[in-house]
Amino acid sequence: METITNVHRDDEASKLGMWLFIFTEILLFGGLFIVYSIYRFNNAVAFHLAGEELNDTIGIINTVILLTSSMTVAMSLTAMQKGNIRLCLGMIAVTVLLGLVFLTNKYFEWGIKFEHGLYPGSAFLKELGHGDIMFFGLYFMMTGLHALHIIVGLTILVVVAVFIRKGRIRPDKYAFLENGGLYWHLVDLIWIFLFPLFYLIH
Amino acid sequence: MGPQTYNSFFTVHGIIMIFVIVIPGLPAVFGNFFLPIMIGARDVIFPKLNLLSWYLYVLGILTVLTSLFTFGGAPDTGWTFYAPYSFKTTTNMFPAVLGAFILGFSSILTGLNFITTIHRMRAPGMKFSNMPLFVWSIYGTGWIQLFATPIVGITLMMVIAERFLHIGFFDPALGGDPVLYQHLFWIYSHPAVYIMILPAMGVISEIIPTFARKGIFGYNAIVASTMAIAVVGYFVWAHHMFTSGMSTTAQFTFSLLTFLVAIPSAIKVFNWVATLYKGSIRIEVPLIWALGFMFLFMIGGFTGLFLGSVATDVHVHNTSFVVAHFHYIIFGGMGSAFMAAAHYWLPKMYGRMYNKFWATVGWATFFIGFNVLYFPMFILGYQGMPRRYYDYLGQFHNLNVVSTIGSWILATGLIITIVNLIRGARNGPKAGMNPWEGRTLEWTVPSPPPPENFDVIPDLTSTSTAH
Ligand SMILES: [Cu+2]
Repeated sequence: METITNVHRDDEASKLGMWLFIFTEILLFGGLFIVYSIYRFNNAVAFHLAGEELNDTIGIINTVILLTSSMTVAMSLTAMQKGNIRLCLGMIAVTVLLGLVFLTNKYFEWGIKFEHGLYPGSAFLKELGHGDIMFFGLYFMMTGLHALHIIVGLTILVVVAVFIRKGRIRPDKYAFLENGGLYWHLVDLIWIFLFPLFYLIH
Repeated sequence: MGPQTYNSFFTVHGIIMIFVIVIPGLPAVFGNFFLPIMIGARDVIFPKLNLLSWYLYVLGILTVLTSLFTFGGAPDTGWTFYAPYSFKTTTNMFPAVLGAFILGFSSILTGLNFITTIHRMRAPGMKFSNMPLFVWSIYGTGWIQLFATPIVGITLMMVIAERFLHIGFFDPALGGDPVLYQHLFWIYSHPAVYIMILPAMGVISEIIPTFARKGIFGYNAIVASTMAIAVVGYFVWAHHMFTSGMSTTAQFTFSLLTFLVAIPSAIKVFNWVATLYKGSIRIEVPLIWALGFMFLFMIGGFTGLFLGSVATDVHVHNTSFVVAHFHYIIFGGMGSAFMAAAHYWLPKMYGRMYNKFWATVGWATFFIGFNVLYFPMFILGYQGMPRRYYDYLGQFHNLNVVSTIGSWILATGLIITIVNLIRGARNGPKAGMNPWEGRTLEWTVPSPPPPENFDVIPDLTSTSTAH
């Protein structure tokens, strides 16, 4: 027997594996969504008022940024499928850039909250009461975990770009790019739920 | 032994046994080795991911062990890390929780790998409808690992956040709810019991037909019950919390669901017995361990129903009755199944046979010791001896002494068994390709199997059954 089966490649399988992993990520956030809904139910008024503290404009800008980045990462995949490697790399670069802009916005947004004394354990927050403590605790935990996922997603995309340059991802072998894109869509999807929960429901 | 030391002992015992030994035990040792062979594949589908989950496993163990030897002292909250203990204790909680998180991640990757392997790597003709039952059990386990583990992952992250940032999720002083912690924890940790026991049931479903020299009775029913356990087992968690405060409706519902999840387990037992009925039974050590499994598992299972019904649970909650029940299921059940698998597959893995006499002696000693150790705990618990106290009242003295003697017998049995297995693996007589006349695919390759399992991928399209 020749060893062809050793380098046997199964793109369907790697996609299936990635979907299963994404599924566990959704459940990971699912735990926090449960906690959010319970504390929102217990502290409806306080959550309502605390939600008005958040800056809708930054939230909307960040949502648009992430949605656009989902589009560019999808475009990079199509470019690869059509054999246009330059365009593919360009689109990945735009995606990474958008991700970085998102994180920068987040940094300033968090900074303002800290300036106002709205962070876990602050004396000011303790005076506000239980509902506010829970709201901002969840806000930092959930957007923080999401930001962590953005960083992981960006790292994956950078690795993807390096692999493309080295020729390890090619127009006939792009499962890794596709999976990296899927992960980025997941990060985007989670934000689509976080955004209304914290910024829009008043 | 003082109270603090005692608390640390039962905590660390729980963390290591549950997260390090029992959850990964059967899938990691026998799943990794036999899952690919049994479906006619050369390896799992993502070998590199498998290696990663092994590294994470080692890293997780090291992290847990760090908690023992660094500042603050060993954790003392119980393996359940209940709030508010877990964020108030001054002991070294962080490494223990982080280690459990890393081990959970490793467990998720293993489950993901096995599920994808089963979907994509089956040999031609190996259909879902004729897959060996051990493979089915690994499949069900994989789904539980994916469904349940992320929940404990996020819960442990919240405990870490509590400790360092004092957010207050589970702190009543800040508006949090410690009972919510219990819910989140058991949403994982009840299904985790099935991560432990399903592969054990899969092993038994392989061994019984081999030594009854008869096809398994009710293949479809066993498959269905495996998946039923995986699904229903996800919705029974609050039976651990009947005394924590919840509505009567919730108590009733969770009690009912707990009774329902016992049905598929019973179906399996009926099918094993029916397989033995009128079989040409060949008494070998794996079969003895498997029968021991059935006996101990049934005691554990029935006493589980005492705990699952609200009224009796209130009486025996947090007594040594619970300890006895749990150990009958996990140590008696999963432990026996592990030993059954070790004796069943040792000749395949090492190509050599253990000594049958000493293996039987080891089993008998284990079986007697086990019952002497744990059965008194049922009585003690019924009489009201609480668990997790470093001391007990005088009236409980005699049975505790019996229990201690049992532990010595049990340890002797385990030592005999393990030494005998190691000696067999090293220099036992050659076992040959198929010492048990097994009919699954691992018995069609040499012992031990070559690194790639098969020279030519087997084609089962013409044979009617593989199980
Ligand atoms: Cu349970």
